[in-house]
Amino acid sequence: MTSATATELRARQDKGRKTAQNREKWAQGRTYISAAVILIWCLAPAYWMVVTAFREVGFTYDTSILPTHVTMDNFATAFDTSFGNRFGQALLNSVIIGTVVTVISLVIGVFAAYALARLNFRFKFLVLGFILGASMFPGVALITPLFQLFTNIGWMGTYQALIIPNISFVLPLTVYTLTSFFREMPWELEESARVDGCTQGQAFRKVIMPLAAPAIFTTAILAFISSWNEFLIASQLSNEATQPVTVAIASFAGAQPNQIPYTAIMAAGTIVTIPLVILVLVLQRKIIAGLTAGAVK
Amino acid sequence: MATELGPTSVKPPASGGTPIHHGPKGVGEDNKILSQGKWASWLLAPTIIALGIVIVYPIISAIVMSLQKDAGLDPATGLFTAGGPAGIQNYVNWIGQQCAAPGGGTVACPPGTLGGQFWSATATTFFFTIVTVTFETVLGFWMAMIMARTFKGRSMVRAAVLVPWAIPTAVTAQLWLFIFAFEGIANKLFNASILWTGSEWPAKWAVIIADTWKTTPFMALLILAGLQMIPADVYEAAKVDGATAWQRFRMITLPLVKPALMVAILFRTLDALRMFDLPYILTQGANNTTTLSILVINQIRQGFNSAAALSTITFIIIFLVAFIFVRFLGANVVEQSGATGKGKK
Repeated sequence: MTSATATELRARQDKGRKTAQNREKWAQGRTYISAAVILIWCLAPAYWMVVTAFREVGFTYDTSILPTHVTMDNFATAFDTSFGNRFGQALLNSVIIGTVVTVISLVIGVFAAYALARLNFRFKFLVLGFILGASMFPGVALITPLFQLFTNIGWMGTYQALIIPNISFVLPLTVYTLTSFFREMPWELEESARVDGCTQGQAFRKVIMPLAAPAIFTTAILAFISSWNEFLIASQLSNEATQPVTVAIASFAGAQPNQIPYTAIMAAGTIVTIPLVILVLVLQRKIIAGLTAGAVK
Repeated sequence: MATELGPTSVKPPASGGTPIHHGPKGVGEDNKILSQGKWASWLLAPTIIALGIVIVYPIISAIVMSLQKDAGLDPATGLFTAGGPAGIQNYVNWIGQQCAAPGGGTVACPPGTLGGQFWSATATTFFFTIVTVTFETVLGFWMAMIMARTFKGRSMVRAAVLVPWAIPTAVTAQLWLFIFAFEGIANKLFNASILWTGSEWPAKWAVIIADTWKTTPFMALLILAGLQMIPADVYEAAKVDGATAWQRFRMITLPLVKPALMVAILFRTLDALRMFDLPYILTQGANNTTTLSILVINQIRQGFNSAAALSTITFIIIFLVAFIFVRFLGANVVEQSGATGKGKK
């Protein structure tokens, strides 16, 4: 009698434990299914770009999921200048514009970020608000006066005409991201340096700058990406010699005027994207921290 | 019960926005703040000056331009007319969709002209904004909830969401143009034969889908940063009290993540209101996908001053939306972005 109840009880407990375990397993399973859905949603279109980039032109619309009719020709076509495309030049232009914009923004922005993160002064929130507002500023509101100004002074299609407007959104992003990185740094070290006799300027250069290097590097990448991705301003103020990759890809021409050369465009897109994607994936943690801290695209 | 776990009882870790006092307090504290103020103004000056040149100057310049008439040929006489002050005529023309009539005065713009597209472009811009931001918020929230869980391969998912974000919008547009091509993979997958960029609704949906794909990751990461600031013991306490999953979501997650969520929605909304690249490349603004930004760009070569008026209107619309968000919906941008930076690890 007693032993029977004991077994029954144990059986019931086992059953209870099993349902709990099952529920746990089921929850885990659902998480994995959801994660798979996110992975497919985010990666499938990008995968399609790469697969198409490696597909022969004649099979542009092949819809088999795995790579078929693999070729490297499209990459050669992307750099081919015989249809009026200047993709190679455009790549160089984007690198020049992105680098100059990033360097200027960092050199100017690092001081502002230091002040905003470290110093006490009146109107701090006003300045922060102004800089944040600047980063949300619509590009179209700049384009008209700049278009007229640059036409008048003969700057249309020059590099400076493409660099200056980009600073309007890259600089606020830089200041904002750096400010939030700087707030998290071990500033006690600065105090110690000052106790040891450094001036505030020396403490900044000799102690803080080396510590801040990773933050600055991440910010530089975010700044470079946002300049690299710019299209609106460049589409209006550049010419064939100075156009960046975004403009070149948007207006990519093929052999037949009424046929879009998709495989070559996807090859060009792959070239433009892959280095950035690799960089972003390697620095994933830092990039996410910078992205959400600065909270600007 | 769960209701006691209101937003006031739990405070996220002290925000980074609070001023940091350092050094001994007391004697000389006032002097210190004064000297810091001086330091700060020197350090901030280059940024403020640079932004003054690249932003404030163009805004003022655009406003001045928008109050001028466009020089051009008078359609009636065929003679060149100089510009000259126009008052608010350019604005009146856009809002009333009036075009210059031959021999002076204005008439309703004939269909097909840029002047007659103001309200349709405004409607399209707001339609895109509301639909994409809604999709991105819901999807982004869901993605953030998944990414906040602990499971093997979580960092892979977090890396994957960065891929759409890292691809330039111009490339994204060409990629989706190819996906939505008549013989493309989208029609094949859904066994459909839709001319995606050929008529109004498919074209609009193509833009919406491409935009949602491109920008949901950003939304998800911002919400995830907010979710990670909620201390785990709050959930434990609620569980002990017997709150269901739905109750925990509604009573804890939502109110605590709200500040971060509002900022994310604000950023995306302002970004969507200036949408340009995607519809410009995907549909060239055809089939009623012309946004205000596209209209400004199309107008530039037909008259600077009129374009300046339209860009100023666009700017005012975006400014008003931002103001409403900050003032009435409690999106505290300045403080929140300080706090997100702090909580994110």
